[in-house]
Amino acid sequence: MKILVCISHVPDTTTKVKFIDDFKKLDSTGIQWVINPWDELSLTRALELKDDAANGVTSVSVIHVGPAATEPTIRKALAIGADDAVRVNADPKDAYYVAAQLANAIKGDAYDLILCGIESSDYNGSTVGGMLAEFLGYPSVSSVSGVKLENGQVVVIREIDGGKEIISAETPLVAVVQKGIAREPRIAAMRGIMMARTKPLKVVEPVEVDALTELVAFEMPKPRAACKFVDPENPKQLIELLQNEAKII
Amino acid sequence: MSVLIFVENWDGKFKKLSFELVSYGAKLAEMYATEAIALTIGNVESSELVRLGKYGAGRIIQAVNPGITSFDSQNFTSVIAGFALQENAGVVVLSNNNTGKAIAPRLSVKLKAGLGAGVSKLPATISPFVIYKKVFSGNAYANFIIKTDIKVLTLAQNSFELIENDRNAVISQVQVDWNSAGVKTKVNEVQKQDGKILLTDADVVISGGRGMKSPDNWGPILEFAELLGAATACSRPVSDEGWRPHEEHTGQTGKIIAPNLYFAIGISGATQHLAGVSSSKYIVAINTDKDAPIFSAAQYGIIGDASKVLPKLVEAVREIKGK
Ligand SMILES: Cc1cc2nc3c(=O)[nH]c(=O)nc-3n(C[C@H](O)[C@H](O)[C@H](O)COP(=O)(O)OP(=O)(O)OC[C@H]3O[C@@H](n4cnc5c(N)ncnc54)[C@H](O)[C@@H]3O)c2cc1C
Ligand SMILES: Nc1ncnc2c1ncn2[C@@H]1O[C@H](COP(=O)(O)O)[C@@H](O)[C@H]1O
Repeated sequence: MKILVCISHVPDTTTKVKFIDDFKKLDSTGIQWVINPWDELSLTRALELKDDAANGVTSVSVIHVGPAATEPTIRKALAIGADDAVRVNADPKDAYYVAAQLANAIKGDAYDLILCGIESSDYNGSTVGGMLAEFLGYPSVSSVSGVKLENGQVVVIREIDGGKEIISAETPLVAVVQKGIAREPRIAAMRGIMMARTKPLKVVEPVEVDALTELVAFEMPKPRAACKFVDPENPKQLIELLQNEAKII
Repeated sequence: MSVLIFVENWDGKFKKLSFELVSYGAKLAEMYATEAIALTIGNVESSELVRLGKYGAGRIIQAVNPGITSFDSQNFTSVIAGFALQENAGVVVLSNNNTGKAIAPRLSVKLKAGLGAGVSKLPATISPFVIYKKVFSGNAYANFIIKTDIKVLTLAQNSFELIENDRNAVISQVQVDWNSAGVKTKVNEVQKQDGKILLTDADVVISGGRGMKSPDNWGPILEFAELLGAATACSRPVSDEGWRPHEEHTGQTGKIIAPNLYFAIGISGATQHLAGVSSSKYIVAINTDKDAPIFSAAQYGIIGDASKVLPKLVEAVREIKGK
């Protein structure tokens, strides 16, 4: 069983984003880049599965589509414990472009389980995982909050409205994961950081693919009106405001 | 050309988000001066199907096959793509819920149609086709052009109003291909929690954070929620500590919701928390710290101790509702 974790590289979640070039480009000065939180958890779960010898996981690989500047993020994944990595040397143009590059780089590599996160915290697409599965012609399960291996089959928990489904899936499979997949992200130990330097990181050149979407410009959220405060001794006033002013209850 | 709306059904029933979707698709069809077609897959009573017509759909198609016993992203994608081509759809609209997120990306690749995920408004223009969506977890927005002839959109829940417009829709039942052998994901078991108002569907949500101090203090929150017909939620540390179930965790790494009214009680308002709730129409905050960031996101606030304020709020609602 070979597992592949797709990782995206995003600004740290507390970043106050700013834009340059007439709001056409993210201002990257001072940004701390991290592995997308979901992908960190997927990687953690993949390594947990590998730790249990009974699962027969032979390798955990990571893949990322991004320019050379993103390599520290990939090295971090190797330091956490991935065995090897692939970087497709391209600027992600849109989700379709990224998924097409991933599919091209992966084909022929016989990964049994491919993990993607439910969304990248930058463009909030929730799209790359499903697109990749369709490009590869693999089944996919989305909203996955748990994954384990049982007799060569992948068993996943899928969150549905008001409940869960337990699904057994044939491999190869793309699982798009969300909350629950692992508890705490695994962190790199000193030994891992040392080893990461020598682990294989293959660079693949992109194939020609047209993006289907194009950014026009970013906008900042409109500032909200100032908060109206109600006397804590008289919360009834709040209920009245909600009824008569906001008209929502 | 047409606008095709994929409307999920839950055991043969629709809900508010279904009607939001049809309202949205019908308005979009008006922009193109064309017809909106609602498509659902599986068994639905005709009385229920008729309800979709009230929101502007010109036609309603029910795709059936005895083999359809559970959801499968590959087969659902094939069925929807088949109708999109047959009906010459210019835009296919789905919900940005679990099901829509599972299908829309596959559909985008299958039809080579650019995808606008999680839109909350109609496109500013249709030529070029410009969509508007949240990025950086709500810290910014962006306009994108979808360049392909066919477009796929997923609509954020509770972002579009219901617009009644009865067109006496024509309802047809169509037998479709269903590749049972191609279903590679088998549902072994379904675990449902019945009776609870779903967090993602609720109009009002009462949420508690670490400022609630202990799981033993949740009584007034539950009572308040019950009185208002609201769902309950919590911040991440609260679910991490096991004070409340994981399904209630809202935020960037939990559920992303957009109710009409969100009560944040003893929640500081960290960016990661706000990422999941900032699309709420109104936020009310109750917090002892007048400088808590939650007050910058809220329209109404009470600076005070939740353990004292909440019981008074509950009492006030009881009084007003005469309960
Ligand atoms: C990658 C990442 C992802 C994350 N994702 C999420 C997420 O999805 N959701 C999420 O919620 N968090 C998330 N977090 C955590 C987030 O950063 C905050 O730590 C968390 O939201 C704080 O929860 P809180 O507001 O309940 O607790 P605190 O920050 O401890 O705030 C408690 C608040 O209660 C107030 N208070 C204290 N006593 C009282 C009282 N008696 N009455 C009224 N108010 C009182 C305090 O003034 C304070 O403002 C994430 C963090 C990271 C790094
Ligand atoms: N540039 C990328 N390289 C590799 N994987 C990616 C990239 N962008 C997104 N992904 C994967 O797709 C998931 C969802 O991202 P998105 O569809 O962009 O919200 C992420 O959690 C990653 O697993």
